[in-house]
Amino acid sequence: MSERIISLLIDSFWQILIPGLQLTIPLTIASFSFGMIIALITALVQVANIKVLKHLARFYVWIIRGTPLLVQLYVVFYGLPKLGIVIDAIPSAILVFSINTGAYASETVRAAIESVPAGQLEAGYCVGLTYSQTMFRIILPQALRTAFPPLSNTLIGLVKDTSLAANITIMEMFRSAQKIAARTYEPFILYCEVGLIYLLFCTILTKIQRVCEKKLDLK
Amino acid sequence: MLEILNIKKSFGDLCVLNGVNLHVNKGDVVAVLGPSGSGKTTLLRCINFLEKADEGTMIFDQETLDLNKVKKKDILRIRKKTAFVFQNYNLFANKTALQNVTEGLIVGRKMPKEEAIKIAKSALDKVGLKDRYDYYPHQLSGGQQQRVGIARAIATNPEVILFDEPTSALDPELINEVLEVMRNLADEGMTMVVVTHEMNFARNVANHVIFMDQGVIVEENSPEEFFDHPKEDRTKQFLSSLNH
Repeated sequence: MSERIISLLIDSFWQILIPGLQLTIPLTIASFSFGMIIALITALVQVANIKVLKHLARFYVWIIRGTPLLVQLYVVFYGLPKLGIVIDAIPSAILVFSINTGAYASETVRAAIESVPAGQLEAGYCVGLTYSQTMFRIILPQALRTAFPPLSNTLIGLVKDTSLAANITIMEMFRSAQKIAARTYEPFILYCEVGLIYLLFCTILTKIQRVCEKKLDLK
Repeated sequence: MLEILNIKKSFGDLCVLNGVNLHVNKGDVVAVLGPSGSGKTTLLRCINFLEKADEGTMIFDQETLDLNKVKKKDILRIRKKTAFVFQNYNLFANKTALQNVTEGLIVGRKMPKEEAIKIAKSALDKVGLKDRYDYYPHQLSGGQQQRVGIARAIATNPEVILFDEPTSALDPELINEVLEVMRNLADEGMTMVVVTHEMNFARNVANHVIFMDQGVIVEENSPEEFFDHPKEDRTKQFLSSLNH
């Protein structure tokens, strides 16, 4: 490997990693957090069988899962201004990623809640707990254990999906790599490098997942 | 103290309870017997509103309720005066034995934590689980889990405990430890309605036996009369089938 390429790799590493730390990770954390709140609410209104909200939840999941994430980003960032709704790039990205994550994760959470035996709810009723007390104290903690591995999947998926934010002018990791590739005419090296940095992030998350799973598992 | 009048319940076309009356005095131990599908478990579940009866009246502590039109608030209030022991224990899987017992006290009844723990420990001691406070359900045997279930029931000081086939899911050698605990409760004067297949328990511990089949009460009597001098043919047939 020529010296030029080695020094390019080293220089660009920081130029890619810093936007990663400044944008990719905060985007992921914010979107995942909001997404989880949306997912929990969306799952709960379905499990609790609340009439109108339940249909609204199904409609939301249907729309979001049935359309590409990239299209959703374009609609919000490039489309909405036509209707007079202008949202900055980063809030747009967080909005879209949160709504998207929420739709997918709500199905995971719903399935996990439904996997908890019905007897747990009945036992809650019989010791004098209300539905919501039983839900939050007995059922959700058990559902979390079931939901944790697939939700980790969702999180890892989200880390990589944030690269789509490059399309709405956000200078996150992928767009930073694109910029350097265009300047240096080394697309192969730069795109492999940014791929490896994503891999590094996801590897760290996988390790954290393993540790958390061990803590959650009582057996 | 507890009276159920003309309770009816169907699941679709299947009529599970077809006009059953139940009368329980304070200190009674009522054994409800009958073949599978006779409606005895459904009767018990309707008393605690785990199933909604189609028709019927409940009189509990001089309060009359229409079982089909009962309000959420009333359900919660009645449930706090009763307790339920399940066939499959249904212990909270994410809570220790002690937490299983304190949950209804601290959260359901807003009791101070220290007092709840004191009561829960004495309830667990009573069922012989002094050394198992901090065990999770999956670390306990079936018999131990069911005893935690009973501790959870008695800790709330209920006016009546409803037992739904409490020993049916247990290995034969674990049944006695649970029956022993129930016998002690009966001796202390606890009011109990017990759906069971344990004929010895019904004969020796209960003071009233109800035999159900196809959604109605076929015969009810004192245990001595019921077992030694059954009146109805269906009862005789049921009892003789047990002896083989």
